[in-house]
Amino acid sequence: MVKNITSFTGNGVADWLVQRVSAVILAAYTLFLVVWFLALPEWSYEAWSGLFAQGWMKIFTVLAVLSFVAHAWIGIWTATTDYLKSNTAVRILVQLAVILVLFIYLIVTFDAVWGV
Amino acid sequence: MQVSVYRYNPETDQKPYMQDYTLDLPEGKDLMVLDVLNLLKEQDVTLSFRRSCREGVCGSDGMNINGRNGLACITPMSEALNGKKKLVLRPLPGLPVIRDLVIDMSLFYQQYEKVKPYLQNNEPAPAIERLQSPEDRAKLDGLYECILCACCSTSCPSFWWNPERFVGPAGLLQAYRFLADSRDNATEERLSELDDPFSVFRCRGIMNCVNVCPKGLNPTRAIGHIRSMLLKNAT
Repeated sequence: MVKNITSFTGNGVADWLVQRVSAVILAAYTLFLVVWFLALPEWSYEAWSGLFAQGWMKIFTVLAVLSFVAHAWIGIWTATTDYLKSNTAVRILVQLAVILVLFIYLIVTFDAVWGV
Repeated sequence: MQVSVYRYNPETDQKPYMQDYTLDLPEGKDLMVLDVLNLLKEQDVTLSFRRSCREGVCGSDGMNINGRNGLACITPMSEALNGKKKLVLRPLPGLPVIRDLVIDMSLFYQQYEKVKPYLQNNEPAPAIERLQSPEDRAKLDGLYECILCACCSTSCPSFWWNPERFVGPAGLLQAYRFLADSRDNATEERLSELDDPFSVFRCRGIMNCVNVCPKGLNPTRAIGHIRSMLLKNAT
């Protein structure tokens, strides 16, 4: 059994499932936004902020950003353990930097969605 | 006929290089790549490569032929050249080179060993043999035929990057061969050894393994079956 403490869940099956489910959620969110934009008679800030003022859209957006963070981390973690192999310090630093960026995305999204 | 061969002798060479040979091939015959190598060996006795059965059964002469992994003994020159003028032979990629086209397959065998490629059954043995229905036996078709030539695993980028942690297509095909065997009852133990983020899940399904397998086997499908079994077991 190969051990790894920096993978998202530490378990291959769970990581795999999270990556698939989060992909479906992200696809649904993206499709929804595209369709919403296309169906809108006139693009305006009022329509945009009106959409995000609704409770279900806040939940959908937070769900999408959580999916994004999980999905991105599993993917980037895979890439770092594939390509950044010779230097452990570099690998951990890159991993921590990515975690920080994803954490900022998360907080900014929470702030934006609940600021509407 | 131009042939370019990867040469490396660690005792005399600082680093590997490609050596060009010119060869007169007999007309009207579609030789196998191994025949060409044997003709080269007559020209240059220092050239090293592995071969044994010369009919695609032993898996010794796996190598990279014009950019594609395959068995030299069952790859016809017409197929290897595919319209090109020059034959380029390199060792299987991703594993350490011992000399010329001979690679060190220890990491490959270690991964094979890891999946415990033998029948495990802790029930008392019957008087004669463990019977299997024709339907259950049919489940092993497409799995048991692997000759461990390593063409698949050495064409897999995930195996190149993590050969000590990712089991690789050859090992996983064998893992499924025993998971699918009705006479084996160590399924739980086998699966619990495979559910980490590396052993199985480094497979990204790019199917290089399926593309090169000289026996026409499908490791990607076997890996899919293992993934389904893991998922069923864990959820």
